[in-house]
Amino acid sequence: MSIVKRRSGELRAPTKMTDTNLLTMITICVFVAMYIFAVLFLKKGFLKPQTFFNILNANAALIILACGMSLVMITGGIDISVGGVTALVSMSCAVYLDHKGGSLPMAVLMAVGIGLAFGLVQGYLVAYLEIQPFIVTLAGMFFARGATTIVYNKPFNVANEDFVKLKATRILIPYMGTYNKRGKYIPAYIEIGVIVAIALAILLFVLLKWAKPGRNFYAVGGNRQSALMLGVNVKRTIFFSHLICGLMAGIGGFVYFMHVGSGSPQHASGAEMNAIASSIIGGTMLTGGVGNIIGTVFGVLSLALIQNIVSSAGLDDAWWTGITVAGMLCIFLVVQSIIIARRKKANAAAAKQ
Amino acid sequence: MAKNNAQPQKAGIAGLFRHQIMIPIAALLLLVLFNLIADPSFFKITLGNNSDGNPVLSGYLITIIDSGSELAILALGMTLVTAASGGQDISVGAGIAIAGSVLLRVLCGTETSPETLHAPVIVAFLVSCLVAMLFGAFNGSLVAFFKIQPMIATLILFTAGRSIAAWINNNQLPNVNERSFSYYGTYIPGIPIPTPFFIALACFLVTWLLLRFTTLGLYVQSVGINEKTSRLNGLNPELIKLLTYILLGLCVAIAALIKVSRLSTINYSVIAKDIEMDAILAVALGGNALGGGKFSMSSSVLGAYVIQFLTTTLYKFQVKADALPAYKAVVVIILVVMSAPAVREKFSILIKKLRSDKTAAQNS
Repeated sequence: MSIVKRRSGELRAPTKMTDTNLLTMITICVFVAMYIFAVLFLKKGFLKPQTFFNILNANAALIILACGMSLVMITGGIDISVGGVTALVSMSCAVYLDHKGGSLPMAVLMAVGIGLAFGLVQGYLVAYLEIQPFIVTLAGMFFARGATTIVYNKPFNVANEDFVKLKATRILIPYMGTYNKRGKYIPAYIEIGVIVAIALAILLFVLLKWAKPGRNFYAVGGNRQSALMLGVNVKRTIFFSHLICGLMAGIGGFVYFMHVGSGSPQHASGAEMNAIASSIIGGTMLTGGVGNIIGTVFGVLSLALIQNIVSSAGLDDAWWTGITVAGMLCIFLVVQSIIIARRKKANAAAAKQ
Repeated sequence: MAKNNAQPQKAGIAGLFRHQIMIPIAALLLLVLFNLIADPSFFKITLGNNSDGNPVLSGYLITIIDSGSELAILALGMTLVTAASGGQDISVGAGIAIAGSVLLRVLCGTETSPETLHAPVIVAFLVSCLVAMLFGAFNGSLVAFFKIQPMIATLILFTAGRSIAAWINNNQLPNVNERSFSYYGTYIPGIPIPTPFFIALACFLVTWLLLRFTTLGLYVQSVGINEKTSRLNGLNPELIKLLTYILLGLCVAIAALIKVSRLSTINYSVIAKDIEMDAILAVALGGNALGGGKFSMSSSVLGAYVIQFLTTTLYKFQVKADALPAYKAVVVIILVVMSAPAVREKFSILIKKLRSDKTAAQNS
């Protein structure tokens, strides 16, 4: 809570909580409420810790992508190339490991390299040539998607031994396992990707919260003009936001690859939209300057949870997923917009006094 | 020369680039030139007979004016939306899926392949127009009243649209057997030019008349340039933004009619896939500012056909449909970099420098 006090003290906001914390709180509350609802009214599966861990396992890559996305969105931009980069990374790594007999460390390097290259080019175009981020990254997305099919155009599973070993590695969590009907103990586990995702999320959280370069992102997103006047290098900050997002997309792509273990041009289709939706649900404002990595992580989890709930509630036709995600996105967008409008009014009233 | 020097903003080549319609024309010329050099048979048009024995024209150019039509129709609406709200609608592809689904639902009822149509095509089309305009109004109200960025507001429908389309028809893929239904997307017997081209032409003419004889164009531009000032001048920016989205919905319904009519059926996940990218590209290629404000309808329409020209050229050179986006993306990046203000500035400084060097050399 001390953080809240200090932040609001700095901003001298007329209300107690900052926008960031308020929106994050809403997300966390919604997530907890949904989970309780699921435990109470749906199948008892939600009580098992493994159900939660499975959500984490399946969405580790999305958490990484969404964290990168939040960073760009806090700076006031957007990056919709992350899904394409993910597909490109997993396809390139798959081809490299399987067809070219490459080694695992080089594959990781390649994944990071692809991500950095995308971030570098897009960051330069957005920051220094001042082209709209949406157009640049839209082109980036289409380039990545097209390049994926140029690399290889059929889906296939990777049989590289080292990789299969890495993919099968499970980190067991003590005391969280459950007993099945025959009384056999089934340990709870998470995949390596989850550790990577959590580590990256914590790293970014610390960067955004307490490091000076991190605060610059908020300053630029909140008001570009005043950030410039305060001596923040606006262009470099925007450039770095895209660079980090590209890097995260590269790492996220490899984590995704570790989870699915195959390369396919259809991989991660719509991942960019899911990442944007998670960021928004997590309380990142599209206008920039407001957002929180913790919120984003909960945004991803909420999104995954609602899909789980919908499918276990019996609505498992394929179209319900799309409709629920869109519905949730819509509600959160409208709530955000209303909150911001009210804040503006309150601020204006306070300024008049 | 003296005149040019007096107006440095419009000097030389940079001035030429500032004429909006020059951008699509230049791109078109480049493509034509490329095809002329690579393979002149690209421009060959032959008159043949289709399977029903009706005369039809065929050739790459006919393909371009045929399949570029939906894009041109969408570009009309997209230009208005871009100009008024300073953002683009990325849900047009999903919108086409919904409108097409509604169209087939009204035509076929719940049967998958009915012998007779349940309703006249015009009724089905009007219903699908209504639905598409409703979805347009949904997007528009999010943008206008809730002040959500257009691309994010339309992201909702982009995510849900194809699911809704599948849901409307209960995931069935109805098939229309009626022969006359396919006239909208292919050929009317006896006329060798594809019908979509005429539909696109009609849409363009109607839009042109609308802009020529009403104040819509002026209002849209003023809202796009400065919302606050237009409000002070007695306009209602919210209403105008909403109107542009509803008009785009109408365009989407027309494009959906053509798309569905081409195949007489629908595939929810594939129909009009990635068309939003092409539509945005058409607007950008037309030289319209993507941040809103002034626009030129004819540039956008020409831009749409240029995009189709590019697509057809790439297809001709055996580029696979999946790899197509990569090449298009490169073209987009080159285009936006060339039209970026920062680059233009450097470019005009360079030209000025070259010219001053020349005059200095002449003087000495």
